[in-house]
Amino acid sequence: MNPEEKEPLGSTENAHRYWIANLKIVSVLMGIWFLVAYVASIFGIEWLNQFKIGNLGLGFWMAQQGSIFIFVILVFVYAIWMDWLDRKHEVGDSK
Amino acid sequence: MKAILNTPLIAAFTETEIWTWAFVGLTFALYAYIGWRSRVKNSAEFYVAGQGVPAIANGAATAADWMSAASFIGMAGLISFLGSDGSVYLMGWTGGYVLLALLLAPYLRKFGHYTVPDFIGARYYSETARVVAAICAIFVSITYVAGQMKGVGIVFSRFLEVDLTYGVIIGMFIVGFFAIVGGMKGITWTQVAQYFVLILAFLIPSVAISGLLTDSSIPQVGFASSDISGKLNTALIELGEKEYTQPFSNFSKLNVFCIAAALMFGTAGLPHVIVRFYTVKDVRAARYSAVWAILFIAILYTTAPALGMFARYNLITTLHQSSIQNVIVESPSGATESFDFPAQKSAAQEFILQSRTTAAANKTPLPKVVYSLHSPEGKPLDWATRWQNTGLLALDDWDGDGSISLKLRQESPGGQKRSEIAKIDKDIIVLSTPEVAQLPPWVIALVAAGGLAAALSTAAGLLLVISSSLAHDLYVRYLMPDATESQKVMIGRIAILFGILAAGYFGINPPGFVSEVVAFAFGLAAASFFPAIFLGIFYKRTNRAGATLGMIIGLAFTLVYIVLCTSNKLFPMLYDDPKNALPLLTESNYLFAGWLGGLGLGEQGIRPQGIGTVGMILNFIVTLTVSSLTAPPPKDVIDLVESVRVPRGAGTASDH
Repeated sequence: MNPEEKEPLGSTENAHRYWIANLKIVSVLMGIWFLVAYVASIFGIEWLNQFKIGNLGLGFWMAQQGSIFIFVILVFVYAIWMDWLDRKHEVGDSK
Repeated sequence: MKAILNTPLIAAFTETEIWTWAFVGLTFALYAYIGWRSRVKNSAEFYVAGQGVPAIANGAATAADWMSAASFIGMAGLISFLGSDGSVYLMGWTGGYVLLALLLAPYLRKFGHYTVPDFIGARYYSETARVVAAICAIFVSITYVAGQMKGVGIVFSRFLEVDLTYGVIIGMFIVGFFAIVGGMKGITWTQVAQYFVLILAFLIPSVAISGLLTDSSIPQVGFASSDISGKLNTALIELGEKEYTQPFSNFSKLNVFCIAAALMFGTAGLPHVIVRFYTVKDVRAARYSAVWAILFIAILYTTAPALGMFARYNLITTLHQSSIQNVIVESPSGATESFDFPAQKSAAQEFILQSRTTAAANKTPLPKVVYSLHSPEGKPLDWATRWQNTGLLALDDWDGDGSISLKLRQESPGGQKRSEIAKIDKDIIVLSTPEVAQLPPWVIALVAAGGLAAALSTAAGLLLVISSSLAHDLYVRYLMPDATESQKVMIGRIAILFGILAAGYFGINPPGFVSEVVAFAFGLAAASFFPAIFLGIFYKRTNRAGATLGMIIGLAFTLVYIVLCTSNKLFPMLYDDPKNALPLLTESNYLFAGWLGGLGLGEQGIRPQGIGTVGMILNFIVTLTVSSLTAPPPKDVIDLVESVRVPRGAGTASDH
């Protein structure tokens, strides 16, 4: 992190902590995104296909259905989680 | 059209055509009414619609903006031929949305200016960076609109039974009319209506076909629970093709990775989708608008793979072993000969062979051969005749047995391993599926209206980006800084006209199928915008020189590669024999061809659809290296980045 982000001054300090927390939330969600899109649906698809969901291989199903469901959940969780973080740090526009 | 001129008007229309005119007419009247109700008078409304749009409506509009002819007309058809590897389009276009929602949209909303070049110009304190970004936006958008134009062209060419070229020209007029009249505000509410038209038009036939083929009417359930995948795999093996569910049978692992990544990162960098987030009240509304949008998008994107699989299955079961009833041979001069089967079978075959030989000897275009078919169960296949008339489907009974076989066989004339389908444009699959499944005429008509809604909504949003880049970011800024409001709106409209003409040209000379053309646009966006915007928010040290050079190199590399790989289709007039011409870069010369097999990534080189990923990596390397070697950004830019990171105080979007 750049040195100018560490100024311990009232609201700047709060903004800095808010940003760090924001980065953590985004990293967790993007980590899941990476697992779903690249590990499960591309690089691990052949291995996952040995398991079945209905009549389809699990890897094939993840690539064409499951990943999309999880992406919707990720964006939804992000909106809720950030709402909570905005309130905690009082940085949102009041609702 | 000939039929309409030669026969009494009413008799010339089939039931499907009457329904099509009714649906297309009604939906267009609705869009025009909404556009007129919310017509705009000032440039702020022309470009961002004010901030009065609720999150759910903005979500539906974003979804319509997003889901273009590529999603509606193109994608399921492409998946039905790519099988498992078709996932790149599904994951690419939805997974990219996650990137957009989490990494870019909230911050760009807080920044709050009109356009992506505005952000780039301010963040990189540079007019050069702004100009480069505006030029990138123009290239991305024109490529994208070209895909839409081909989509609209296909719908019109099918329902008017005219050549694709005329279909595209009709589409240019209609798209232009809506974009020029509406502006962003007109477009937002029109797009909400278009979302509902396109999603209904996609779901109704999918539900019907799922109900016919499986024991569930919910396509997502029927897709997994039924045995269609097994039957389809068996049928494909019998025909000499690869299993549908087998991964990496069409694209190597390297290409699946690159194409999926290019689509994802390109999604996040698309200027016409980003601009959507400026039309909501604040940062929080931008986040919830993203939730609604991806939910609306997911409804179509989880249905499409089911439809793709069902469509392939239906196509094989109805067309394979279908018997020829009649054949009409139309020579380029317009003279036609008709032969009834089986009585005149050998006369027909002799005539076709002879006219082909003559055409080849005189170097004139080949005669058009249109077969009328009956399915193995004896039902007439009118849809096959109609698509053959448009030239997008071509059959060739080369073994002369009086039926059409889909089996891949070596012993064809010329010795290539092929079936008796000489040509099938994958973009016709979705439009023809309701007919293949023999659904009622009104469903077939609804799909046409839905395809047009999808193409129109996206094309209109993109034309506004072209218009704002040309007029707002380039022309008004540098050549007419003191333009009045009405002059700005007028210049914007002239710029739209320019965009339509450019897109129309590439719609008539498309470098690939609709979804492939659109994938090129995403590759260009990934290679140019994504690093500049992402680093602009998340890495303060990124500076003017780094970002500008990065964008130039990313865009130039990707654009040149795509043009080299598609030169024969983009510029057919430069070749003596365009039909058989090869592009400047052929598959065996693609980047990394034959290099990465040892890593388990396959021998294929990187296809043009996936090259944006390489362009983006180049962009990141150049941006980070140059930034670290040159002076850091000034204090006020650091302050700007810090303010963008905090949601509070996102005012209305403004023109500085």
